[in-house]
Amino acid sequence: MKRLIWLATFVLVLALAACGGGNENATDGTGLSGSVLIDGSSTVFPVSEAVAEEFGLQNPDVRVSVGVSGTGGGFKKFCAGETDISDASRPIKQSEIEMCTENGIEFIELPVAFDGLTVVVNPQNDWATCMTVEDLKTIWEPSAQGVITKWSQVRPEWPDEPLSLYGPGTDSGTFDYFTDAIVGEEGASRGDYTASEDDNVLVQGVANDQYALGYFGFAYYVENQDKLKAVAIDGGDGCVEPSVETINNGTYQPLSRPIFIYVSTKALERPEVEAFVNFYLDNAAELAEEVGYVGLPERAYELAKERVAKRITGSVFSGGSQVGVSIEDLLEIEE
Amino acid sequence: MTTLHDTVFEAQLARRRLKGRLFELVALIAITIALTSLALLFLDVLYDGLGRLNWQFLTSYPSRRASRAGFLPAIVGSIYMVGLMVLFAFPVGVGAAIYLEEYAPKNWLTDLIQINIANLAGVPSIIYGLLGLEFFARVLGAWTGGRSLLTGALTMALLVMPIVIISAREAIRAVPNSIRLAAIGLGATRWQVVRDHVLPYAMPGILTGTILAVSRAIGETAPLITIGALTYVAFLPDGLRSQFTVMPIQIFNWISRPQSAFHENAAAGIIVLLAILLSMNALAVFLRYRFEQRLKG
Repeated sequence: MKRLIWLATFVLVLALAACGGGNENATDGTGLSGSVLIDGSSTVFPVSEAVAEEFGLQNPDVRVSVGVSGTGGGFKKFCAGETDISDASRPIKQSEIEMCTENGIEFIELPVAFDGLTVVVNPQNDWATCMTVEDLKTIWEPSAQGVITKWSQVRPEWPDEPLSLYGPGTDSGTFDYFTDAIVGEEGASRGDYTASEDDNVLVQGVANDQYALGYFGFAYYVENQDKLKAVAIDGGDGCVEPSVETINNGTYQPLSRPIFIYVSTKALERPEVEAFVNFYLDNAAELAEEVGYVGLPERAYELAKERVAKRITGSVFSGGSQVGVSIEDLLEIEE
Repeated sequence: MTTLHDTVFEAQLARRRLKGRLFELVALIAITIALTSLALLFLDVLYDGLGRLNWQFLTSYPSRRASRAGFLPAIVGSIYMVGLMVLFAFPVGVGAAIYLEEYAPKNWLTDLIQINIANLAGVPSIIYGLLGLEFFARVLGAWTGGRSLLTGALTMALLVMPIVIISAREAIRAVPNSIRLAAIGLGATRWQVVRDHVLPYAMPGILTGTILAVSRAIGETAPLITIGALTYVAFLPDGLRSQFTVMPIQIFNWISRPQSAFHENAAAGIIVLLAILLSMNALAVFLRYRFEQRLKG
């Protein structure tokens, strides 16, 4: 028995030691080594993962790792100095800025792509092809709970059939943004809808229910176009359907939002982090579209790279989500 | 008199037998439901994932393209973490059990400790994650390297410690007292009794507890997400202080992606997780069998 335990210990230690030995022959390729630690939003994760993967192919000695602990969780670690880059699906909040300041962490804010929220209905739904922000507010505001239960209550010409609602849970950044954009107050929503943190569950729900309505990220709609129908949104200037073009040129309003990475200036002093950030901005447009998001215009990435080069710190948003940030707005703030 | 008694008995006998039959049927239905749902889940996963399971999947790093993505860092991370965890949890857990059973005086303090260990076994795993994050990753960060393999293994060791202690105590308690008395009667010291007689006799039971602990740890996600095991890791852990990921975290990440090709990856990942779990269990069952044979011989 003793012999067995010793043997197991020995084998394990040996395995770990052997792996440790393998890493010492550093520097080939670009000559960069070290590590880049990224954590934060699950929405931004696919983009960061794609960039990390491509960067890793060119710089095999730089270890890039990406975690998922949510935008808020990511900022907690970032402002404690535990990570180099924080993924965020909303701008940094005032309270988080203060936390960073307390710990002497300065950051550069970089928008990397656009994400569109999509309102979807069942393909058999032939009435709700375009909805105004007012329609959506009628459905989703807190006072609609238990009151607005039929399509005909939204618009009289719509069928007198039950309205079944699907949406993300309250922990999600998508929920925060949608409530802010539609109801006008972050977090204000009716509670009697089918909520799931797993967007695939929402897709299934809407796909199987003729009288369903739901909302989630654009990427999930793109993957399930055969099962779902997107609703065009009238934000005051006529109906606009969600698409790569309308999100990119800012006409799909108010349900498109920029997503960000925040880079610590301290980490940026390390050459591998600076190289990674520049690589990110060079390739974000292409890689974002590959994983279901929409790239920013060329000019935005140029401006972002300038911010990195000049080390322009701080947030251009006055803390917290902002609704209806079109690419033009974003560029103006950048300049 | 006797005939009257017999008719009552006969009448009751039929009813009693019927009740017995009914109970048997209920028990049969219970096991059928349990096994059928398990089999259905398993078949569903096999159906979804078997096509994706190949050498490339087992030896590649994660990727944004589902067809290029692999499971390697998660497999290696899980095996290292569970192995390290056993190294910490086994000696400490078995040691605690030996102390409580063989040495500790029977008083209220011992009782209190025993009750608390039993309670610890029911504490939600996320609590251990928070403890691990604060204590191992932050307070002891200078030694553990923060969100490292070592932090993960230590946190998991705490999580499974009550299971190891409780099962080891049950096993030690089941050792016949006559064996202890005989050894002591021949002049063996307490340590010799424990080492040469109690432990070998209790080892099969202790190993069963360790299997349970390993099985629990290998599927556990919440505490590891809390301490910051990562989702995208394109390298293998190269030391105790290295960053890592584990199989359940990678599976969860794939499941929540919009592309259905990633869902196939998740199913394939589940098959790998199950296969590793079953082979670990098989190994432990084999070891247990060996110990039992040796005891008989």
